[in-house]
Amino acid sequence: MTAASLTGADAQAEVPLKRRLKRAERARQIKALALVLPLLLFLLFTFAGPIAGMLWRSVDDREVRQVLPQTVAVLANWDGKDLPDEKAYAALASDILAGRASGTVAIAAKRLNYALNGFRTILTSTARNLKAVPEPGTAKETLSKINPAWRERTTWTTIKDASGPMTGFYLLAALDLTRNVDGAIVAASPDQAIYRSVFARTFIISLSVTALCLILGFPVAYLLATLPPGRSNLLMIFVLLPFWTSLLVRTCAWIVLLQSNGVVNDSLHWLGIIDEPLRLIYNRFGVCVAMTHVLLPFMILPLYSSMKAISPAYMRAAASLGAPPVTAFLRIYLPQTLPGIGAGSLLVFILALGYYITPALVGGAADQMISYFIALYTTETANWGLASALGAVLLLVTLLLALVYGKLVHGQQVTGGMKN
Amino acid sequence: MEAGMVTPAPALVRFSGIQKTYDGEHLVVKNLDLEIRKGEFITLLGPSGSGKTTTLMMLAGFEVPTHGEIYLADRPIKNMPPHKRDIGMVFQNYALFPHLTIAENIAFPLSVRKINKAEAQERVRAALRMIKMDTLAHRRPGQLSGGQQQRVALARALVFNPQLVLMDEPLGALDKRLREQMQLEIKQLHKTMGITVVYVTHDQSEALTMSDRIAVFNDGIVQQVDTPDALYEHPVNSFVAHFIGENNVLAGTVETVEKEYCRVALAGGGAVTARAVNVSGAGASTSLSVRPERISIILDGTSSDGLNRLPAKVQNTIYVGDHALAVLDVAGNGEFIVKLQPDAHDSLRHGESVFITFRPEDCLALDPV
Repeated sequence: MTAASLTGADAQAEVPLKRRLKRAERARQIKALALVLPLLLFLLFTFAGPIAGMLWRSVDDREVRQVLPQTVAVLANWDGKDLPDEKAYAALASDILAGRASGTVAIAAKRLNYALNGFRTILTSTARNLKAVPEPGTAKETLSKINPAWRERTTWTTIKDASGPMTGFYLLAALDLTRNVDGAIVAASPDQAIYRSVFARTFIISLSVTALCLILGFPVAYLLATLPPGRSNLLMIFVLLPFWTSLLVRTCAWIVLLQSNGVVNDSLHWLGIIDEPLRLIYNRFGVCVAMTHVLLPFMILPLYSSMKAISPAYMRAAASLGAPPVTAFLRIYLPQTLPGIGAGSLLVFILALGYYITPALVGGAADQMISYFIALYTTETANWGLASALGAVLLLVTLLLALVYGKLVHGQQVTGGMKN
Repeated sequence: MEAGMVTPAPALVRFSGIQKTYDGEHLVVKNLDLEIRKGEFITLLGPSGSGKTTTLMMLAGFEVPTHGEIYLADRPIKNMPPHKRDIGMVFQNYALFPHLTIAENIAFPLSVRKINKAEAQERVRAALRMIKMDTLAHRRPGQLSGGQQQRVALARALVFNPQLVLMDEPLGALDKRLREQMQLEIKQLHKTMGITVVYVTHDQSEALTMSDRIAVFNDGIVQQVDTPDALYEHPVNSFVAHFIGENNVLAGTVETVEKEYCRVALAGGGAVTARAVNVSGAGASTSLSVRPERISIILDGTSSDGLNRLPAKVQNTIYVGDHALAVLDVAGNGEFIVKLQPDAHDSLRHGESVFITFRPEDCLALDPV
C-alpha cells in the first residue's frame, strides 16, 4: 500500500505543488464568489454608486459652464487682476441672450448666487434689460449701464471661479472657508460660517449619547451575560423590544412623555417636586434622552457578546490569586470587554452622527445636527453641491474614526486562553 | 480506616460536618469530615457528581457550605472571601488571563499584594526558570500549547507561596503522554517546595501515581481516605474496590464466618473462601472482589491446599504488549478478567475449559453491589 501511494505521488510530481493547490482551491473560490455576488451587485448599485455620485457632486461645477460657454472660454485667459477686456463683455452679452432664449439663465444665476450674494439679481436684471447684441466695442458700456456690478472685479472673479468643471467651493463652504477676490482661501463671513459649529454640535451630541449608552448599557450587558439562560433570554427580549417598533413611534412617545404637560412633568408636579413644568423637550436634554433610548441596544449587544466570551473562571482565578473584587474587575474583566466597548461605542457614535429624525422632532433650533442641514439642502433649497460636500466631510470623519478604531482593536490582540 | 503509613503531620485544613446543597433538595456533599495535613499531597477522587469539585470550591471560597465549618490553620474560613484565603488554585482550563503576557500573568498575584517591583520581578524570573519557560515570558497565553499553559498556571498559583495549593483536574485537557509527564513534574514540585496540595481528579491512575493520600468520593460521601496502596489492597467497600484499579466481581451469599474469613456460596455455582471485610454475617448476600493479577489459570483441576479453585471457560484473549488478558466465564460472570504474561495468551484457546485459582486473602467479601 505504501509503495502504491509512492508511485501515485511520483506521477503527480510533474505538476508543481503550488499549481495543484491553486487548482484545488479554484472551485471553492468560484463557489464563494457566486455566493457573495448578489449582495455585491446590490451594494454596488444601491450603496457604492450613490456614494460615488454624492462625492462627485460635491466637486462638480458645470452649471455656469453650460449657460455661459463663451464667457467661460474668454475668462480662461484672464489673469483676474484688472477688469476683463471688451471681449469678455461681448461674450457675456451673447451668452445671456442665448440663455434667455433657452431659459437657462436662472440655473447659472442660482449657482453664482451661492458664491456671491445678490448675483441672482445682477444676472436676471441684465438678462431682462439687454435688448439686443450690443454694437461691437460697446458691450462693456452697455452692460455696466444696465447693472453697475459689471464694473466690479468681484463679479467677474465669481464667474471665473464658478467656471468649473470642478470646484472646491462647496467643500470649502462646508468647512466655513471661501476664496477671496484674489483666490486665497480665507474664513467665510460670520453670517455664512455655521457648519463648523454644526459639526462640533453633532460630535458633542454623538459623544454624549455614546457615553450615556455606555454608562447605562454596561451593567445591563453584564447582567445579561451572567444571569442563567432563562432569565437572560427574557431580559434580552426587553433589550430588543425597541427594535420592534418604528423609530418615529419611539421618538413621538418621548414627546408625549417629556412635553410641558406630559407624563413626566405632570407626575413631578403632582408629587409637589416642581411648580413650573420643566423644559425637557425641544432642547439638548430631550435629544440626548431620545437618542440614547433608540441607540442603547447597539451598545448592549456588542458588550454582551464580548462579556459572554469571558469565562467566569477568570474572575475566580483573580480572586484565588488574591485580587479583591474591584481589582479583579478593573484588571481582569474590564480589559477583556474593551473590544466590546470599542465596537459598541463606535457603532453608537457613527449611528448618532447621522441622526436626523430624532433631533428634528425633539430638538430645538440649536440642536439640529449635520444631517438636518444635508436634508435641508437636498430637499428644500436643492443646493446639491453643498449637501454633498457636507456629506463628504461627514463620511471622511467617520472613515477616519473607523480606521482609528481598527488600529486600536488590531493592536490589542485578544486570544482566549480558554479556547485551547 | 487511617492507615497511618504517613507520619501524621498537624492538620492544615479541617472540614467539620460540611453539607452542601444547591437546590435545597439534594445534598451534593453529605456530612463531610476530612483533615488535610500540612505538606501532604491529597487527592479527592471520584466520579463526576460525587461532590469532590464542590468540596474543592468550598475550600477555595467560591461556594459557601450549607452547614458545617472549614478550618484553615485552625481559623474558621466559611465566611472569608476567596481573595483573603491565601490559597493558590490551578483551574481545569488554566484560566490564564488572555490579555496579559506570561510574565504579567505570573506577576499578577504579586502585584495585587503590592510586593515591590524589584522583588516581584525576581520572583517571576525564578518561577519562569522553574517551569523552564524563561524565553516565552512575553508571549500571550493564546500562543502557547496546552502543556505550556498548564505550567504557567502552576507557576502563577505557586509564585506567591500560598499555604495551600488547589488543583481542579488540571491535566484533563492534555493528551496521555503529556499528562503523564506533567504528573511527574507536579509531584516533583510538591516534593521540592514542600507545599500542601489538594488535587481533584476522576482519573484513578493519576490519583494513585501522585498522591500521598486519596479521599474517594461517591454520592457526596467520602468512602475511604487512605494511602494509594492501602486503597488498592484494602478497599473498605465495593465502590472503592471497583473505582481503584481493575477488579472482578462475583456475587454470592455468606455461608459461615470464621474470624477474618468467610465461606461464600457463589450465585453461579461453587464456593470460595474470602476475607470478610464488609459483611454483616452468615446469610447475607455479598459481592466478592478479586484483582486480575492475583489469579492464576491452570489446565487441570488439581491445586495446592487452601487456594480457591473455580472452573472457567475461555471467552477471549487480549494482547496488550507488556501483558495479556484472558476474558473468562466464571460462575456466570462472562467478563471475568485474568492478567497473564504476554506470551501466555497463545496457549489458551477460545471455548477451552480451564480452572482459576486464587488465595483467600486476595478475595474480598464486600457489600453487595
